[in-house]
Amino acid sequence: MSFDLVANVVVAGVLTGLVYGLMALGLSVIFGVVRVVNFAHGEMMTIAMYAATVLFAELGLDPFLCIVPVAVAFFFFGYLLQRGLINPFITRPEHSQFMLLVAVAIVMVNAMLMVFGPSARNVQVDYQLESFEIGKILVDKARLYAALAAVATAGGLFVFFKTTLVGKAIRACADNHLGALVVGLDVKKLYALTFGLGAVCVAVAGCAMVLLVDVTPPLGPAYTLLAFVIVIVGGLGSMPGALLGGVLIGVSEAMAGLFVAPSAKGMFSFGLLILILLFRPQGLLGKKP
Amino acid sequence: MKRRQFNQALAGAGALAALHPFGIVRAQAQKLKVGVILPRSGYLGFIGQSCQKGADLAPGVIKEMLGVDIELMNADFESNVDTARTRAERLIQEGANVLVGPFDSGAAAAIAQVAEQRGVPFVINIAAAPQITEQGYKYVFRNFQTAIDIVRNGLDLIGELFQATNTVPRTAVYMHVNDTFGQAMTKGIGAMLPRRTQLPFKIVDTISYDPAAKDLTVEVSKAKAANADFLLLVCRLNDAIILRREMVKQRWNPMGIISPGSPGMYEEQYFKTLGKLSEYAVSNVPWYNPNSRLTKVVEKAFLKQNPKDKLDFHGLNAGFTFEAILIAADAYKRARSTDPKVLAEAIRQTNITEKMTLGGPIKFNEKGQVEGIGSACVQNLNLLPTVVLPANAAKAKPVFPAPYYKKA
Repeated sequence: MSFDLVANVVVAGVLTGLVYGLMALGLSVIFGVVRVVNFAHGEMMTIAMYAATVLFAELGLDPFLCIVPVAVAFFFFGYLLQRGLINPFITRPEHSQFMLLVAVAIVMVNAMLMVFGPSARNVQVDYQLESFEIGKILVDKARLYAALAAVATAGGLFVFFKTTLVGKAIRACADNHLGALVVGLDVKKLYALTFGLGAVCVAVAGCAMVLLVDVTPPLGPAYTLLAFVIVIVGGLGSMPGALLGGVLIGVSEAMAGLFVAPSAKGMFSFGLLILILLFRPQGLLGKKP
Repeated sequence: MKRRQFNQALAGAGALAALHPFGIVRAQAQKLKVGVILPRSGYLGFIGQSCQKGADLAPGVIKEMLGVDIELMNADFESNVDTARTRAERLIQEGANVLVGPFDSGAAAAIAQVAEQRGVPFVINIAAAPQITEQGYKYVFRNFQTAIDIVRNGLDLIGELFQATNTVPRTAVYMHVNDTFGQAMTKGIGAMLPRRTQLPFKIVDTISYDPAAKDLTVEVSKAKAANADFLLLVCRLNDAIILRREMVKQRWNPMGIISPGSPGMYEEQYFKTLGKLSEYAVSNVPWYNPNSRLTKVVEKAFLKQNPKDKLDFHGLNAGFTFEAILIAADAYKRARSTDPKVLAEAIRQTNITEKMTLGGPIKFNEKGQVEGIGSACVQNLNLLPTVVLPANAAKAKPVFPAPYYKKA
């Protein structure tokens, strides 16, 4: 097996993994602070993908330009979803939260089926089928741009949490819920803000992903599961862990496809998940409970 | 009951009894309820919708042809085998006299089990896995080639293609979907290719992939690295589109893409999504006969129902689905009964000579399989699936290697 082939596959795996990582980052941020696992995560990303296809079809907006309006809309959507629907469930048992979000996911899938129908949709931009040639390595342009968008968004989020007052307040909520209440932080509002930020990650990931994958309503559950696998591998609640998990899953799937059998790719991400659960249950970058 | 009512009832019963020997009341008053199970959503959604077009036009055309009333009971199995099984159960519970569908071999195997258990005839429109008609089923019938027939005809047509274009490709990389159909085709190719000594090529690498794959980067990288002269492909629709895009991204330009008999590359959505990139792909598949009288009748009905569509893109899917319903209606007309046993026996005796698809008459053998269905070499030319072989049915000359071919 030639070096070029392996290098090409690794590069593609890393780039895809970064987009996966951004999607999972939203899930990780929400869980890390609000302590609710968003089981409608993949479905939210599918809605973002549809939003990008609609804006592209109606206004000719490139999916990367769609990121701004879709992210803003998703921020408010996430904020309102948390304030209106999820907040009353925060203190309830985990199975209640699970049922609520699974119900939300099912409503979303069926609403998409009603609005968009079952057929696949995509966007077709000029650069979609082009590649950069670096030596003997071909780098898919759309995949590279999508990965860059993922890195930029993740970087922005890190800076927000590290440097801004609101970001620090959100981290304080995550570290010590009671302490945050004692010092007078508006925890409900901060939770809603966090859910909004998680939704922004999903929106950016969806707009980028639509360049790589055709969108259909039933796409969501597979991505919810994938995001879940990634955050468990990376460490539930850890932001760098989500990106690392995404890259690891992306590369391991690519390598498994190359060295074992392409049709067995999915098996390897779950194999990795089992290993992590056995030997490092808190995930690669997660904190011990 | 009053005396007048009693007399009226008696008169009615007498009239019924008088007409019974002719079977007039029963056959004419009843409609044949046809449960149509297709994958109208999911990864096979586009093809399922294409098949549905053939089902939708069937009641009108068949009413004019045979005078039989048909009620369609449509069910979407969402490209999921388990859902196919439950949809079949439900259609039978709701009174379907016969089941038709489902385009997919895995789903066909599941529905066949249900049909056999419940004793309801099942006419397969499209599904190629040979084992479906090898189980000794009494209620399962197939008017479509088995994978073995498809491969045999497909490989022969590949030989004819090379001969017609004076080309001698030496190597092929074989990619296939890893589902029931793909595995059946792979088995067929493995058994038959070594015996086809007239074919000049050998397979240098075999790559299987998930038919619901969303990304085929690794698969195409691997195939490209095999450095083969052409790509031998057994695909579905969505994966065929993803694969072609990935070939362009990875700048892989083999002599051509040839399917020895699978869906995907002649479908309307393939052309719509890929535009010029869809050109020159070759599919050796069971096809419809554009010159048959029935095709012209069906085409008229098709265009009436789908004024913006062309039968060229749906001829195979709609044609075989229409014929499956025609088989059921023809049997019902002869049997004059919806009794499943009688209907199944009538289907077994089918002999339809005026048909839409290529090949001999529709006649079932003892296994419930129609033999002698013909294939054509269909190439994408000028954004239309065009018959290029056999020569007597050809509408254009084959183009091979494709103009984009760049020797590695």
